[in-house]
Amino acid sequence: MELIDNLTLGFVTAGHPWNLLFCLIGVILGTLIGVLPGIGATATIAMLLPLTFQLEPVSSLIMLAGIYYGAQYGGSTTAILINMPGESSSAVTAIDGYQMARKGRAGAALAIAAIGSFFAGTVSTILVAVFAPPLTAVALQFGSAEYFSLMIVGLVSSIALAHGSVIKALGMVVLGLLLGLVGTDIYTGTPRFNLGILELSDGLNFVALAVGVFGIAEILRNLENEHERDVMIKKVTNLWPTREDWKAMTAPILRGTAIGSALGILPGGGAILASFASYTVEKRISKTPEEFGKGAIAGVAGPESANNAGAQTSFIPMLTLGIPANPVMALMIGAMIIQGIVPGPNVATEQPALFWGIIASMWIGNLMLILLNLPLIGLWVKLLTIPYYMLFPAIIAFCSIGVYSVNSNVFDLYAVAFFGLLGYGLSKLRCEPAPLLLGFVLGPLLEEHLRRAMIMSRGDPTTFVTRPLSLGLLLLAAAVLVVVLLPSIRKKRDEVFVED
Amino acid sequence: MKSLSFSMRDLICGLFFIAVGLFFAIQAYGLDIGTAFKMGPGYFPLVLAGLLVIFGIIVIIQGTQVEHEPMGPIAWRGMLFILPAPILFGLTVRGLGFVPSLFLSGLLAAFASSKMRPGTALLLVSGLTLFSVVVFSYALGLPFRRFGPWLGQ
Repeated sequence: MELIDNLTLGFVTAGHPWNLLFCLIGVILGTLIGVLPGIGATATIAMLLPLTFQLEPVSSLIMLAGIYYGAQYGGSTTAILINMPGESSSAVTAIDGYQMARKGRAGAALAIAAIGSFFAGTVSTILVAVFAPPLTAVALQFGSAEYFSLMIVGLVSSIALAHGSVIKALGMVVLGLLLGLVGTDIYTGTPRFNLGILELSDGLNFVALAVGVFGIAEILRNLENEHERDVMIKKVTNLWPTREDWKAMTAPILRGTAIGSALGILPGGGAILASFASYTVEKRISKTPEEFGKGAIAGVAGPESANNAGAQTSFIPMLTLGIPANPVMALMIGAMIIQGIVPGPNVATEQPALFWGIIASMWIGNLMLILLNLPLIGLWVKLLTIPYYMLFPAIIAFCSIGVYSVNSNVFDLYAVAFFGLLGYGLSKLRCEPAPLLLGFVLGPLLEEHLRRAMIMSRGDPTTFVTRPLSLGLLLLAAAVLVVVLLPSIRKKRDEVFVED
Repeated sequence: MKSLSFSMRDLICGLFFIAVGLFFAIQAYGLDIGTAFKMGPGYFPLVLAGLLVIFGIIVIIQGTQVEHEPMGPIAWRGMLFILPAPILFGLTVRGLGFVPSLFLSGLLAAFASSKMRPGTALLLVSGLTLFSVVVFSYALGLPFRRFGPWLGQ
């Protein structure tokens, strides 16, 4: 049984005391930032990225992954307790979770969310283990044309996830791609777009860009209007769900896990889409749809399972193809590159311990989360009362230290300020930063594969549509783009109707 | 009620896309473009820059058709204190050293909130500096000079 062997290797790697420690640090940090408003998983991972260089690649990736799914747990805690989702993927949980809390059932809501997440986490870990090897085998057949088309799918999918204008999201992708090309041309060694600044000849610093656009810009947004948070629920009691609760939550958890796992595998899918889809499904098939919005158990159990399953399975495209499905995965790829690992299908064969170790650590991390979080809820509630103005100076300090420690280059700190301003400005213009970051990571790769594919085909651009795999991927990208464009067409029409 | 009016937000956004696109296009034009068979360093950027300009134009046109919503408050005070903080850290971390540099930048950033009082800020930033020195400098062993040459050390 190859699967068993692989998983054994994974659990041995992840079970190493050192890796267990970093997994624990990761999930606790993740929960912490998930609970604290105003700082998300993306900013935290960007901030901590440089500090992981001293660690072994496995340990650092295990910790970063822990932050990501830990933040999902933390985010749902605030969604339920104060109706303020700490992460966007728990926005749906707030609808019914907060209503349950107002009825004095906060404990049960938190427990249902945690149990659902754990179950989904377990199933999706197995799914990652089962599906990763065959996908890797397919990916090994990829030539430059396929890689180019695959990246197009990834970029188009990131547009699908962005809110608001599709054309602005497309603009952000292109802007990110262009920023990624700053530096030196890899084929000819020609310097380009560096404005004569010596520090730019190696390209813009990825960490500085991520910290500026996600971390600093987020703080500025939060400072626009400061308001106190209201913590109504001071004490959480009665954690254990009743017999009726168990009955009401089982089916939604199963359905949520299935929906989340499926949507997570799609590039550009992941946790947010999964939780919304699950909520919609639960409401539609419920015998008592009128209860939704008033504290329906299915409205907590389904989406919470779905977002955790989606978060886990979104590792599949990252681990097997080296293509990020969301900004967090882009950061993980950045971490791999800095550690000297080339992301892609070769990771599974060349670094089996790393590959399976990360997968196994996800299950261990989920177990830690359920064991830790339910008893620690009192502590998280206390943390919620810390006012924001006490927090952000620390975030800025850690950002600065983190960025400077990448390569002790003060220029990177000026870049942080620049990208902070850029990120804030773009958010004022309703442009989302996620497609920009993906474009930035993929820019150089996209150009490399485009140029290589064109050389291989002797300048014939039809190579992208005559190779079946490449054609399939491009059709998928086109389909996603059409689907994304459809609702906005519909919305436009609605507006016209209203004006008439 | 259907007069041609531009959404301020979309107008700025579109102009920004166009300006960045033109900047990259002009720069790319100075590079070797090459052919589709053997692309030069300027080929791909030129294509992207052209796309960005087109997207910018579309954003402006679309902006004439949507309802305009206000831009919302702008965090002037936040920008004034927060953006210079990493710059100050960068300017002083070598000269003053890690400890004083972090303290000063943290203090600067702290005043970005109108709710921050001087006493609280001093206390908070002192604690923050102490924590950072213990964690980053001693525990993680990052190679920072704690006090720099400007202080005569």
